[in-house]
Amino acid sequence: MAPFVARVLLLLALLYPAAARAQADDPYAAFATHDYEAMRAAIETLSISGDARAPAILSALQAGQLRVGEDGTLYLRAADGSLREALSGAAAAGVDAAALKEVRMNNAVRRALDGALGGLRLFAADPATRAAAAEAVFKGRDQAALPALDRAFAKETDAGVKSVMAQAHAALILAGGTAGESDKLAAIAVLRARGDLEASSLLASLAGQPAAVTSAARDALTAIQRQRQLWDIAQSVFYGLSLGSVLLLAAAGLAITFGVMGVINMAHGEMVMLGAYTTFVVQEAMRAYAPGLLGASLFVAVPAAFLVAGAVGIAIERGLIRFLYGRPLETLLATWGLSLILQQGVRSIFGPSNRDVSTPAWMSGAFPLGGLTITANRLTIIVFAALVFAVLMLALRRTALGLRMRAVTQNRFMAAAMGIRTPWIDALTFGLGSGVAGIAGVALSQIDNVSPNLGQSYIIDSFMVVVFGGVGNLWGTALGALTLGIVNKFLEPVAGAVLGKIAVLVLLIVFIQRRPRGMFPLKGRAVEA
Amino acid sequence: MRRITVGDGLTLVAVLGGAVLIAALNLATPPDGALHVPSFVLPLAGKYLCYAMLALAVDLVWGFAGILSLGHAAFFALGGYAIGMYLMREIGTRGVYGNAMLPDFMVFLNWTRLPWYWHGFDMFWFAFLMVLLVPGALALVFGYLAFRSRVSGVYLSIITQALTYALLLAFFRNDMGFGGNNGMTDFKDILGLPLHADATRAGLLVLTAAFLSAQLLLARALVRSRFGKVLVAVRDAESRVRFLGYRPESYKLVVWVISAVMAAIGGALYVPQVGIINPSEFSPANSIEAVIWVAVGGRGTLIGAILGAVLVNLGKTYFTGALPELWLYALGGLFVVVTLLLPNGVLGVLRRRGTGDGVVPKPLPVGEQPT
Repeated sequence: MAPFVARVLLLLALLYPAAARAQADDPYAAFATHDYEAMRAAIETLSISGDARAPAILSALQAGQLRVGEDGTLYLRAADGSLREALSGAAAAGVDAAALKEVRMNNAVRRALDGALGGLRLFAADPATRAAAAEAVFKGRDQAALPALDRAFAKETDAGVKSVMAQAHAALILAGGTAGESDKLAAIAVLRARGDLEASSLLASLAGQPAAVTSAARDALTAIQRQRQLWDIAQSVFYGLSLGSVLLLAAAGLAITFGVMGVINMAHGEMVMLGAYTTFVVQEAMRAYAPGLLGASLFVAVPAAFLVAGAVGIAIERGLIRFLYGRPLETLLATWGLSLILQQGVRSIFGPSNRDVSTPAWMSGAFPLGGLTITANRLTIIVFAALVFAVLMLALRRTALGLRMRAVTQNRFMAAAMGIRTPWIDALTFGLGSGVAGIAGVALSQIDNVSPNLGQSYIIDSFMVVVFGGVGNLWGTALGALTLGIVNKFLEPVAGAVLGKIAVLVLLIVFIQRRPRGMFPLKGRAVEA
Repeated sequence: MRRITVGDGLTLVAVLGGAVLIAALNLATPPDGALHVPSFVLPLAGKYLCYAMLALAVDLVWGFAGILSLGHAAFFALGGYAIGMYLMREIGTRGVYGNAMLPDFMVFLNWTRLPWYWHGFDMFWFAFLMVLLVPGALALVFGYLAFRSRVSGVYLSIITQALTYALLLAFFRNDMGFGGNNGMTDFKDILGLPLHADATRAGLLVLTAAFLSAQLLLARALVRSRFGKVLVAVRDAESRVRFLGYRPESYKLVVWVISAVMAAIGGALYVPQVGIINPSEFSPANSIEAVIWVAVGGRGTLIGAILGAVLVNLGKTYFTGALPELWLYALGGLFVVVTLLLPNGVLGVLRRRGTGDGVVPKPLPVGEQPT
């Protein structure tokens, strides 16, 4: 027995210097040996070497695609089975693939490899990959990544990625015990600037630090919490704005028919519903005849919905409402009846269940903005509402039709005497209001169920908005919608969604009793006419 | 004061006589007899008469004071809930969970104690008092605020609608302790009498007819009195009445509260007969439907409200049974046709040849509508 052991030891003693030498000159040589300890050391050396060939070779090793020949040459095997020399990158012509062996690993090597690849991604060409790698270091807090991180930081040119790396560096400094007090204080300042949940949980978990560090961490923690509260408020404002925009879209048409013309149109909600169903029909038609353009379907649906709802609106005005001018309560009842008929009509044609309207890709997803999460569809609706409102204002203030509309509402007889055909203007104004409601339907089809009852859920809210803002005042309507949306979103976390809505309704009832003509009442003789 | 008019007399005879006749034909004839009225007719007829009370209440404020309430069903439903709470307590240990104190839905929600506002509802007199007081108090507060700040016309209509909508949302919540969206049902008996027995149902029907007749007489006395004359004046020219030294808001408030209580009594009689009360009774559509009953019958006539409620609901029963898809078309069409062609309702058509005093004022000419 003893002689055998002695012989093995001798062999090892002879081999060791060679292996060590190979590793010192060229860490890649370690992969040709079967010495797992040497491979582990080589991987760690490579991970901080910054060698341009390292990422590809280490990735291949991880994927089991690194091969070694009899002579110790390393080859990379591509997905199609072709071979390249790993170090030179030259194509390996005339090498017998069957004679090559796969480089094997044990668990220790595999772990080292995983860490090293993470570190290497800090040097990747794509800034997003580098930022993600730094973020992973921040979250993982693996002290071993520190050297790689520091070198990556030194090389980094992208300001955004650099700041993430600085944060990761700070996290490592704080989590490790070795750094000096001034370094830790600087690290706390970096985390304070980062100011998210991760940073605050790291700061909260600090223990056994010098007094100055502990108190700085506590200050930073409160500062972060205060800042987060501000961001939360901003987030609520954003949600409120988006809800307000929905309300504004639903109420803008009503602001014209009710606010400007004084017609109580209870079928207004059904105009919204018609707009939503128009979107559905447009999408179905495009799916059948032009599937490639489906992403742009909303751009077709908006004018289509305006025309459909506007045409129905003009028909309603000519066929029903013009006989009821001056009798607001009767108008209310007749249009309510009409809304029942329209609902049932849509139910007969499209069925009682919800219809599926698809959302284009550019309207889905979310992105962060500071401490906010901005969802694309909410943002789109805010922008869309602002656009619709602006166009509506322009139409009323700057076009000949708008001028006539305002003339007729202010003094019908005078307008008629000036040669304006008032019945036509009535019909067109009503059509405009209804068409805007149809456009609102396109937007609502993206966030709500497209069902025959779609309009019903918005009619009371819409009236509230118009009355709250002040009848006959479009700016008041916009402000009223946004105010109601924001108030609603701030009440929701306190009182729950349903109670919040009830509270808003009760507040509104009280408000209307204090200011019966809304926030911005019309002044002058027109009020009492 | 004049004697009872022909129209009122006919209505009273029809309501009371009809109810007694249906009850008698159900109870006193053999089940297979030619004249037998099947049992399902009893609560059905009772339901119509309850709706007629609601319509009467709406006509009192709309037809005579010009207040178009789109939330009157809220008072109706509140009255119904008050009596529903009594009926729930009457179930006692016969509920699914056999809890003597708590209604089933509270046991289901793991409540251990009866909420404070449920105490006293085991006594009928208390529940009946609440039928009058709760809707009355709500109407008083709401009306006081609204009329004092001179909210009128369409604005008032919209906030009454918001009121009933807010109540609808509130009663949908389980936390309110009124059974959430399932409401209350499965009632067993009232004052010890089994609710499912024909005799009890017949009694309720006749009682409903009696209450309706009493309400009609009360409303008629009200509108014929000096008070009623001022009301009509407020409806037609509120500012002028104010300048003459009256306080229109007080007159409106009084008639508003009376009307709310009338509707609540209707609701209280409705619930034992239909056997269920749930938040959908608060839905704004119900209130608007009540307005169309009045419009169909003839606004400002009182008996027209009763006639309209019964006629429209007969139609509804027929349509929803025979042609369910067409009911909403029919109802919607009714709204349109009545407002366009029959501003004084069915009674207006009947009266056009004879005495013909249309109570509703002529519409203002175009161009004078409020902006």
